[in-house]
Amino acid sequence: MEKPGLLTTVQDLGRLNAIAAGVQPGGAMDRFAHSAANLLVGNDPGLATLECTLFGPALIAEQSCLIAITGADLDARVNGAEAPPWTSFLLGPGDRLTFAGRRQGARAYIAIAGGFAADRWLGSLSTNLLTARGGFRGRALKAGDSLGVAGEARKPAVEGRHMPGELRPAYSEHTLYAVPGPHLKRLDAESRRLLFEAPYAVGPDSDRMGYRLDGPRLIDTGEELLSFGLVAGAVQVPRGGLPILLMADHQTAGGYPVVATVVSASLPIAAQLLPGHDLQLAGITTARAQAMRKALAAGLETLRDDGC
Amino acid sequence: MRIQPLGDTALLAELSTRLETAINTRAIALAAALKKRRDVRQAIAGYASVTVHFDPDQATHESLAAAIKRLAAKRPPMEEPGRLHRIPVNYDGPDIADVSERLNLSRNDVIAIHTRPIYRVFLVGFVPGWAYLGPLPEELALPRRDLPRTQVPTGSVAIAGRQTGIYPLPTPGGWHLIGRTNVKLFLPDSDPPCLFRAGDRVKFFSISQ
Repeated sequence: MEKPGLLTTVQDLGRLNAIAAGVQPGGAMDRFAHSAANLLVGNDPGLATLECTLFGPALIAEQSCLIAITGADLDARVNGAEAPPWTSFLLGPGDRLTFAGRRQGARAYIAIAGGFAADRWLGSLSTNLLTARGGFRGRALKAGDSLGVAGEARKPAVEGRHMPGELRPAYSEHTLYAVPGPHLKRLDAESRRLLFEAPYAVGPDSDRMGYRLDGPRLIDTGEELLSFGLVAGAVQVPRGGLPILLMADHQTAGGYPVVATVVSASLPIAAQLLPGHDLQLAGITTARAQAMRKALAAGLETLRDDGC
Repeated sequence: MRIQPLGDTALLAELSTRLETAINTRAIALAAALKKRRDVRQAIAGYASVTVHFDPDQATHESLAAAIKRLAAKRPPMEEPGRLHRIPVNYDGPDIADVSERLNLSRNDVIAIHTRPIYRVFLVGFVPGWAYLGPLPEELALPRRDLPRTQVPTGSVAIAGRQTGIYPLPTPGGWHLIGRTNVKLFLPDSDPPCLFRAGDRVKFFSISQ
């Protein structure tokens, strides 16, 4: 690791088993891009990748390896030449992987055949920055760190395995589909309308825990709730009325009303938004959300079954 | 009981809107029963609710809601009394003078009232190792601080509303800090990584000079 980038962490699919102890579920913000990167290099989707935020790192290959870069387009380069996105390719010893600058999205994922070696904590390799556990010594990567490969690749190295754009989430659209939440009826009629019609922007205090949404304030008319278990995608309305969208490192329990939940097929799109980006929530039924989820999952399956 | 979707892979089953030990006991038992199902990835009891994460390839909201109603209709198993933790507290927190004054009590009264009950762990969550304990005696009930602190030290013993708790990590917090303890709540090298579990009982005792 020559340069660490803005925030580069080891991530996998998170530690849902640990939320009963109050530990954030964590894992890749964009599970689709993370899984696709793994599948492109022949890994199971749960192996560890590097999540690179906004400004990517500079890495030098110590040995030859098969990698793939998915998610945000941070203009990846190998020895200065453009590297193909959403495609597996080989790096030789001494090859230098850099990122020239963000073109679209917020978080890119780098997978390596065999998966990155990392600390397993409570069943997951993902980095928990709050408790400094898991991932690479519980912290973001720094210049001088040396990353290893966890194990043998499951499949022989094949260059040029590619995921076409039509199988990916519609990253350029900033509409997030959401199912009405358990406490939607506590909002007054005007707030219910605004929630699904008004434009919101991702606020400056937004990170892996959640996004503060700037836009119309929502009026909650109910009494204080007893705390309950939360999920990624939940849209909470705290007392000030500006909604919060919970993301991968969200607190596990809380008592603010949940007025909507962004569905799993839209969370990858949310994960690629940056502070200042506009977004729009759109109501959807759970049946439609399941169909969207299945369509994306089927796209990932094509990478698994391409016989390479 | 209200059962409603939390997106496409989870749901919230609300047993009640009241803070009652019997309802919390039912919620914990229901979460434990649901966790044994193959189509359930995780089930977490809240004060009076259960949040269920399910495998959408094996279950739907409808199939799981029906299963939850069947399980909830069964007589809950007799609850074993939760483990009892005795927690030493030095009641020298930065807010104890302010709390005494606002409640019109002496510092010793605050200590006597806070150490009197055996509290129940209603729920573990929010941040790693945090446990919502209660009910706090009515005499000590105060709304949260107007200005939350940006950093509360580990081990701070705090009160707010009808609840009490111990900060397991340095985190922001809006509760009133009345004391501190050396007991570690967050145990990163254990699994589960926390001292308290839902349904446990907690008794504080004073080691103040």
